[in-house]
Amino acid sequence: MDYDFYLSTMWSVLKALPLTLEIWFFGIAFGLVIATGLTWLRASGYRSGEYFTRAYVFVFRGSPLLVQLYLIYFGLSQFDFVRHSPILWPILRDPMYCTIVAMALNTAAYESEIFRGALRAVPVGQIEAAKAFGMSAFTRFRIVTLPIALRLALPAYSTEIILMTKATALASVVTIMEMMGTAQKIQHDTFRPIEVLTCAGVIYLLLNLSIARLFAWVEYVLSPHLRPAPDQSQQIKPVPEVL
Amino acid sequence: MEFLNSLLEQISTAYDLLAAGWGVQLLWGIGWTLAVTSVSMVIGAVLGSLVAAAKLSHRGRLRFLGESYTTVFRGEPELLIIYLFYYGGTQVLTGVARSTGSIGPTDIVNMPSFLGGVLAVGIISGAYQAEVFRGSFLAIHRGELEAARAYGMSAWLRFRLVIMPQVLRLAVPGLGNVWQLTIKDSALISVTGVAELMLTANKAARSTHHSLLFYTVAGILYLVMTSISTPIFEKAERYTSRSFLRPK
Repeated sequence: MDYDFYLSTMWSVLKALPLTLEIWFFGIAFGLVIATGLTWLRASGYRSGEYFTRAYVFVFRGSPLLVQLYLIYFGLSQFDFVRHSPILWPILRDPMYCTIVAMALNTAAYESEIFRGALRAVPVGQIEAAKAFGMSAFTRFRIVTLPIALRLALPAYSTEIILMTKATALASVVTIMEMMGTAQKIQHDTFRPIEVLTCAGVIYLLLNLSIARLFAWVEYVLSPHLRPAPDQSQQIKPVPEVL
Repeated sequence: MEFLNSLLEQISTAYDLLAAGWGVQLLWGIGWTLAVTSVSMVIGAVLGSLVAAAKLSHRGRLRFLGESYTTVFRGEPELLIIYLFYYGGTQVLTGVARSTGSIGPTDIVNMPSFLGGVLAVGIISGAYQAEVFRGSFLAIHRGELEAARAYGMSAWLRFRLVIMPQVLRLAVPGLGNVWQLTIKDSALISVTGVAELMLTANKAARSTHHSLLFYTVAGILYLVMTSISTPIFEKAERYTSRSFLRPK
């Protein structure tokens, strides 16, 4: 076993972790904004809004993320107006921004479906009770529907976030040197793919496991009403004889 | 008017390019994509049912193995697994060939790209299928298993007559989802050089400089593949659960 090689590879790949996290974070953040808009459009009750969201979800869930990434990175620059636009061109010529845009658009499709399901799963009784209290629509949404829906959406949302961590590896195919890109480079330089990819794999796995743990913790904190009541008989501990 | 003219021009270029041979290439690409997906699904089904059995086992060590398999292969980026099998396979094959002396010390034995890709995608698909199979096994009524036992059926007979038919019926919707995932994962195999749809679109885009056109066409073809599979799986679901259908 060549521990020095493993350690140096681990270290080089870890140095690319901030870049991976950057893509991950912005992809998720923008994706959340788009997904919120889509969910609102879908729930607004307008026919055209519903058709648009359906089409959006169909397109972005039905094709591979790689195709979407290539389409945005290589495809869109064919339009003259994109290349001459002072806003679009700086975004679309940069592979980093393109990856973030592709990931955000892609995850928004999945997330909007998660949120739609969560909104529909809010018990009708709760909403009726809020109405009976005379709450305005906004108050009702803010203090009844939204908190319940967010809690319900959490498990599926955490799965989607983990899928996004995996998706950041695609940035390496458009020349970004994040963890996967760095691992690729080391692998080409040393021709020891199994060792290098195992190192990168361990880091990805630890990253995903910690994200899963984090979400499990948030879920635990947010659902005190679902936990079994503390056992009263066991809470009274016998006083130890020796203090 | 100008916009309409440019649109017409675009369509005619698209037609020319597709008719000039790229259309046929893309159709072959679809064929390869479907081949990769199907073979991966079969590999995944075999691995998935073994892993599901391991996860349901009452032996702690087997359960741990199954648990690790699904955690690792659902938690790693697909690209990493594909690289691992393709380049790692090359490393192993080269190492073996060099040590047996069948090639020179500087020669390299490449992993066949189809085999490497199919193994990688199959193993990923197996992790998802294991979860599907496990879920459907747990959905089987306990009483049926007890009844089969009470009849004195052997383990194999129980599996063949009671467990398998029901797991298959309950697993169809989940397998439909895994199939869609696997189609999308198969696009990643393009990095190893299997001439499936994604790589063909890539080649076409690079050599004609019409990336927008070819990636759009590829995207549409993937959409067609994924949306055609939905009614097929619905039909399979109706077929496998035909004895459970209730009149509305």
